[in-house]
Amino acid sequence: MAPSPAPEHQRLTLLDDMTIYNATAQKQLLLDALQAGDGLELDLSAVAEIDTAGFQLLLLAKREARHQDKPLLIVAHSPAVREVVDFFNVAADFGDPMLIPARES
Amino acid sequence: MDELLTVFVTESREQLAALEAALLQLEAASGDADTLHAIFRAAHTIKGGAGVIECDYIVAFTHVVENVLDQLRNGDIAVSAELIALLLACGDHIGLLLGEFEIRRVHPTAELQLAGDALLARLQRDARTAPPGLPPAGASSATQPSLGQDMIESECWHISLRFERHVLKNGMDPLSFLHYLGTLGTIVHLETVADAMPPADQMDAEACYLGFEIRFASCADKTTIERVFEFVRDDCTLHILPPDSRLADYIDLLQSLPEDTMRLGEILVRIGALTQAELDDGLLMQQPPMAGAAPPDVVPLGEILVQQQVVQPKLVEAAIIRQARVSDKKTAEARLIRIQADKLDRLIDLVGELVIASASVSLLASRSGRAELLEASSLMMRLVESTRDSALQLRMVQIGETFSRFNRIVRDVSKELGKDIELVITGGETELDKSVVEKIGDPLIHLVRNAIDHGIEPTARRTAAGKPPRGRLELNASHDSGSIVITVSDDGGGLNRDKIVAKATERGLLQPGHNLSEAEIDNLIFEPGFSTADHVSSLSGRGVGMDVVKRNIQSLRGHVDVRSAPGAGTRFSIRLPLTMAIIDGFLVGTGQANYVVPLDMVVECLELSPQTSDNHYLNLRGEVLPFIRLHELFNLPGKRPARENVVVVRTGAQKVGIVVDQLLGEFQTVIKPLGHLFQSLRGIGGSTILGSGEVALILDVPALVAIATRRESREAASTPAT
Repeated sequence: MAPSPAPEHQRLTLLDDMTIYNATAQKQLLLDALQAGDGLELDLSAVAEIDTAGFQLLLLAKREARHQDKPLLIVAHSPAVREVVDFFNVAADFGDPMLIPARES
Repeated sequence: MDELLTVFVTESREQLAALEAALLQLEAASGDADTLHAIFRAAHTIKGGAGVIECDYIVAFTHVVENVLDQLRNGDIAVSAELIALLLACGDHIGLLLGEFEIRRVHPTAELQLAGDALLARLQRDARTAPPGLPPAGASSATQPSLGQDMIESECWHISLRFERHVLKNGMDPLSFLHYLGTLGTIVHLETVADAMPPADQMDAEACYLGFEIRFASCADKTTIERVFEFVRDDCTLHILPPDSRLADYIDLLQSLPEDTMRLGEILVRIGALTQAELDDGLLMQQPPMAGAAPPDVVPLGEILVQQQVVQPKLVEAAIIRQARVSDKKTAEARLIRIQADKLDRLIDLVGELVIASASVSLLASRSGRAELLEASSLMMRLVESTRDSALQLRMVQIGETFSRFNRIVRDVSKELGKDIELVITGGETELDKSVVEKIGDPLIHLVRNAIDHGIEPTARRTAAGKPPRGRLELNASHDSGSIVITVSDDGGGLNRDKIVAKATERGLLQPGHNLSEAEIDNLIFEPGFSTADHVSSLSGRGVGMDVVKRNIQSLRGHVDVRSAPGAGTRFSIRLPLTMAIIDGFLVGTGQANYVVPLDMVVECLELSPQTSDNHYLNLRGEVLPFIRLHELFNLPGKRPARENVVVVRTGAQKVGIVVDQLLGEFQTVIKPLGHLFQSLRGIGGSTILGSGEVALILDVPALVAIATRRESREAASTPAT
């Protein structure tokens, strides 16, 4: 139908901070996007700030995707997201390819 | 923030000094457990402090040192002279890193980094090659190589956290608490437990469902760690297991947590709190009674483990004792207050003003002649004097700290020279002014080095002379009538007087055929450019030194004297005033102004006979005494009075007369430094305020003596031409 090359894989780009203020809205956004396709590619490169609530949403989305047997891939991490994922030591569980910049300050 | 950093640097330096002292003690009497603990504690404290102020390079370096110290403490590696030397070098390196940190370097210089890496490499090699009594303590921590940093297992706390649902809504973010926790030590491993999170449709995005199992390496005590979570205390379940906790405690923890025991057990294994074998054993023991329909008298798991001796060899008591010791130390610290030196200086200044003001009050009171006023003012004088004394007392510090630095110097220098020397320190509790203590260090180091290098003979020569092979160097401090006397004495060969005389004649300091007393010969070594050493070593013998020592001591208004007995040793005595701020002065008047001569430099006073007035020297009982007139020196207006007086002053061996108009007597003087404007002024060392409110200038006697002697030699040179 649509000319899009991979219609079964939704792609979602979050632009707002993943903080508690946006958590409820983003939860719906994530779940809807996951529902809509056979898999979800998540672009978090624009997420400037992420707190525990936001991190929890990532956990939830990952778990939900596993329940529904759909792949959920975080295809791009912002530095803040990468740091939190590292800090909470879930990078291995998530299994997303993380691009670590060559030079970190 | 800056203050915090300064405190860190000061305290770390103190810890380093303690570390060094303990290492030296260890070298002297090996194997004392208390000493080993003290060494470890010092390194631990530095690392902890560095962690708090986020100075990564100090943490990184100290961490490795601390690991080795821990192995040493546990008896895993043996104490050896090489290891101690290496650890001393590491201590020095930490000192250098602190220096880097003090000037706010984000990274140490490449050079220093290299030196540090080399030290660490040696340290790790030594620690490994030293015969371990037990298998390496880090063996079981191999489960987590990514973050492990070969952390000593037993030093890790285990923190188990479960947050309540509403914690996020209350505006608390667990993330920030955990980040803060990270500043108290190292989060070795962290596992996120999200099992409590309900299915997606029931999940409230603003509620917190998370828990954490954390392996945390830190020297902080339990209270400090608990305090991290103070604000979320009611919003979370917190379990903290101290290092060295028994396996049973971990199993208890597993059972008290809401999650599935097996799953949690895996987490504990993964973060390295337990080994798989321990977990399996612990859980297996629990299985049979479960299968047998749960008999009512189930033996608690922990007890089974204890009975079966699956418990870790180290007991919780060890941790408790350690904590008790930390809190003991804290109460001792609480008795001391750390104040900034400038605040103290301000107080001393004010007290000085008070002394001056009260002097003027008592002057007015005695002029008024009213008995009650006199009585009141004399009472006030007495109180002011006590206030002054206790204020000055505040600045007094014990000299012991300065002395104890010499343990290290004597050790290093004597090793370098291959001599066996024992340092005996007495009178370390003697107190003197902080500023004096700071400035006396360098001259003392010089004297001590000289004594080791030149004073004490090589072992072979000592035995040949029938002396004990081990040289003895004594440092002593004592009070003596308002001043402090520091002596540095050795039992070496004494000064070689023939050599000194020959050298002095060669350098033109002494005319041939001039007879000097033994003491005078000995004191020639303080002349500039004087060295009797046959060869120049890296330590001394270059002829710059003793004169500098003497000058430094004189600048503290002290003097140094040497006495020597051939073959039996040499003794240097340094006499210093107790304080720099208040001196006894001798008040004189010239023209309209008053001047103060430091009383301890005044030899005598006499009247200037009128006929000598044209020359610049007079005959003092057959001695030629050069003199200077303050009138001329300072270009004072007004005529010279008919009768002039001479104050004979002395610095070192040089006597000079100062011609003044009037002698006004002794006067207790609060020294006030002159401003920057007057810094190039010659002959004036400071100022003070008299009871009448007038200003009096304090004469800089050494400078005046220099002026007078220079003029004398110039005149002597020009006389033959006329």
